[in-house]
Amino acid sequence: MHEYSVLIGGKAGEGINTAGLSIAGLFSRLGYQTYMYFDYPSLIRGGHNFAIIRASERTIGALRTPVDVLLAFDQRSVDSHQERIHDGTTIVYDASGAVKADGYGLPLDRIIKEEKAPPITKNSAMLGAFARVAGIEPATYEDVLRASVPEKHLEANLRVARRGYDAAGEVFVVEPLDAPALPILTGNEATGLGLVYGGLESYIAYPMTPTSNLLHFLARRAEDLAIKVLHPENEISVILMALGLAYAGEKAAVGTSGGGFCLMTEGLSLAGMSEIPVTIVMGQRPGPSTGMPTYTSQGDLHFILNAGQGEFPRLVVAPGDLEETYIWSAAALMLSWKYQVPSIILTDKTLAEGAYSFDFEAVTPLPDREPSLWDGSGEYRRYARTDDGVSPLAFPGRQGAVIKASSYAHDEAGFTTEVAEEVRELQEKMLTKGKSLERELMTYPAVKVYGPQNTAATIICWGSEKWACIEAARELEARVVQPLVLAPFPVRQWKEAMIGAGKIIRVENNATGQLGRLLREQGFDPGRPVLKYDGRPFAVDELVARLAEVVS
Amino acid sequence: MNQERLAGKPAGELISPAENTWCPGCGNFAVQHMMKSAIAELSEEEGMPIESFVLLGGIGCHGKLVDYLNVNSFYGIHGRSIPAATGMRLADPDLRVICHVGDGDIYAEGLDHLIFAAKRNSDITVIVHDNRVYGLTTGQYTPTSPFGFRGRSTPGGITEHPLNPLEVMLAAGATYIARGYTRKIRHLKDLFKEAITHRGFSFIDVLQICATYFNLTDYYNAHAYEMQEGEVDTGRFESALAKIREWDYDQDAPIALGTFYSVKKPIYEEEFQALTAGRPDRRALVQKMLRDWR
Repeated sequence: MHEYSVLIGGKAGEGINTAGLSIAGLFSRLGYQTYMYFDYPSLIRGGHNFAIIRASERTIGALRTPVDVLLAFDQRSVDSHQERIHDGTTIVYDASGAVKADGYGLPLDRIIKEEKAPPITKNSAMLGAFARVAGIEPATYEDVLRASVPEKHLEANLRVARRGYDAAGEVFVVEPLDAPALPILTGNEATGLGLVYGGLESYIAYPMTPTSNLLHFLARRAEDLAIKVLHPENEISVILMALGLAYAGEKAAVGTSGGGFCLMTEGLSLAGMSEIPVTIVMGQRPGPSTGMPTYTSQGDLHFILNAGQGEFPRLVVAPGDLEETYIWSAAALMLSWKYQVPSIILTDKTLAEGAYSFDFEAVTPLPDREPSLWDGSGEYRRYARTDDGVSPLAFPGRQGAVIKASSYAHDEAGFTTEVAEEVRELQEKMLTKGKSLERELMTYPAVKVYGPQNTAATIICWGSEKWACIEAARELEARVVQPLVLAPFPVRQWKEAMIGAGKIIRVENNATGQLGRLLREQGFDPGRPVLKYDGRPFAVDELVARLAEVVS
Repeated sequence: MNQERLAGKPAGELISPAENTWCPGCGNFAVQHMMKSAIAELSEEEGMPIESFVLLGGIGCHGKLVDYLNVNSFYGIHGRSIPAATGMRLADPDLRVICHVGDGDIYAEGLDHLIFAAKRNSDITVIVHDNRVYGLTTGQYTPTSPFGFRGRSTPGGITEHPLNPLEVMLAAGATYIARGYTRKIRHLKDLFKEAITHRGFSFIDVLQICATYFNLTDYYNAHAYEMQEGEVDTGRFESALAKIREWDYDQDAPIALGTFYSVKKPIYEEEFQALTAGRPDRRALVQKMLRDWR
């Protein structure tokens, strides 16, 4: 099987992310599936940024430690990755500085001076050199540059890329595959498009890694998608604006990370009590507190499951790749409106900022769901009691209806009450909605299983660790079970998925094994934990080694 | 829409069946009844449908007003009415969105939202029930309590001086600034109508007595006066500022009532209106974007 791994590294501000995406674009044009992991510290210029691009004939969504080609703009990009370099690794480096390495040295300063090109075009020289090393025709990288570089800078980039191409030599040949060139999206982008597919009309956010790029993407494409994108003063305002929009009938979503979500919790509880729909994209990163802003974690599961005072139902989904975040973001928004509950899409830095090939034509969307609307008969009561707990919606401006939403305990019309009987009924109404949602989810693929039945071992995982686990499971002849929905927990589907599980191992990107805690709460075997909590996702080979310790 | 039927709707129908729990003599009654009359009159005189009004309440005695009027309402949380109001106006440009907020509610807990709504000229009306004390939590100082105020959390008297909220609002960019008083009800009603009709961010600080914890009736009766035509140039920042600074909520001074400032600026929500206009087929837009992805 053909499979490649490339690392490109340099300082922040040099465009490593874009350069990485260009390399992924090369592979994509040759019909390969790609995945890119981008690693960067929380600073604007300097430091060490790197991207690892993998390409394969089959779907991938995780990195491996060894690389076939290392493209280094500085010495640190060679020295910090010694464990990735092996006998077959080709190094291409900037020979204008003091970088010491064996491989192809590109005189980048001289090249851009002679070509009268700006420093950022050094990335194109690396792209050209990489194409040469990998036996890829210049026409392919030219196509990539045409698609990504603005017209006025294109010629300079093409010239510089050619210089890079000429300065390197062919080491291996990436054979073109008979497969379509798939678009490469980040998790944030797929989440945003999924939300719009599900009916989103307004997106509101305050910048916070790792979901800032979701805000940027939707803001840049607001006109193309016919949505409003708003950036108010803080996350409290963000969620309250969303609730105001929804009260008036407009479908809204918000995005944040743990710290911003802390500020949103009073708004979350308000959404629960007032039964106003809201969808929250929650991209996890390592805490506590500021933690490591640009790294990854799955440390907020129980925070999300329990946030907000009082008891109210919520939907929590944890997609593991582009397809899942695309279809579940749409479903989360629609279900939020159908059941008038908050929906939370739980991602993390790995998924949100990772880039993946997206075979969107092959995606099967989840079913469409509509909110229950008032039919206009009788006196309108915002919190009318119904069998499924869901009260029909009407929006202000509707003649004949007085729409009274409230954060207080309230009667059917929405007026404040402290009468014991009424308060008890209100609480039961909210819980009935949760039960209705749980029933509906039984028809959804809320738990997924990968690999053969009757394996000796089963790996359980959630969210972005999905693909590292799938690849590792192939090597270990295990299967993988992944809960997509974490609240309300899909009890029956989990039971079915775990029949004949054999030895159970649980993989999580946190220190205390939060999925394990959830499984124990639900009365299930949590398995033996394999945890990683250094801010980095598992590499496949690293995970295989860790799993082997537990399996044996 | 049946304008005639609505225009003929007596103001009395706007009182809801909810039981009123304000203290006897509370200044909130005046605000409630003048709000009810303002809405009824705007409906009759200007043809604003009753169902296009939305009242938002924060948490505090003031918030109960939204339960007591039979008008669309969102009884939210402490200090957070304003961003929700902006959201509503963003969703539907035909709504008349009015925030009833308290001085503790919006000058303490939610000050950030107040300043930013003024800064962006959000097309909403903010009416502050400023009794200069926390009532519902039983008598603590607020950001407009005078120096030395002895509350239950500050028995020795506060050592802070109050904010002048009108000055804060002027600096933040509010396009309509006024002050009313609950003992001058007709004047108060006229201010409500003016503020609701104003296009852009409108703000009224209503001096409201708290019968139980801070009864300033005699003080306000002695000091408050209605500004006369020409006493302030409401189109000029400097003129408004000078008048606003006449009383700082702290030292003894005449207390001007009326409109201090009223100007036109682009409205925040209108910048976004075109984006979601019509009935766009967003699924087709998403599919197109994916097909054209580069």
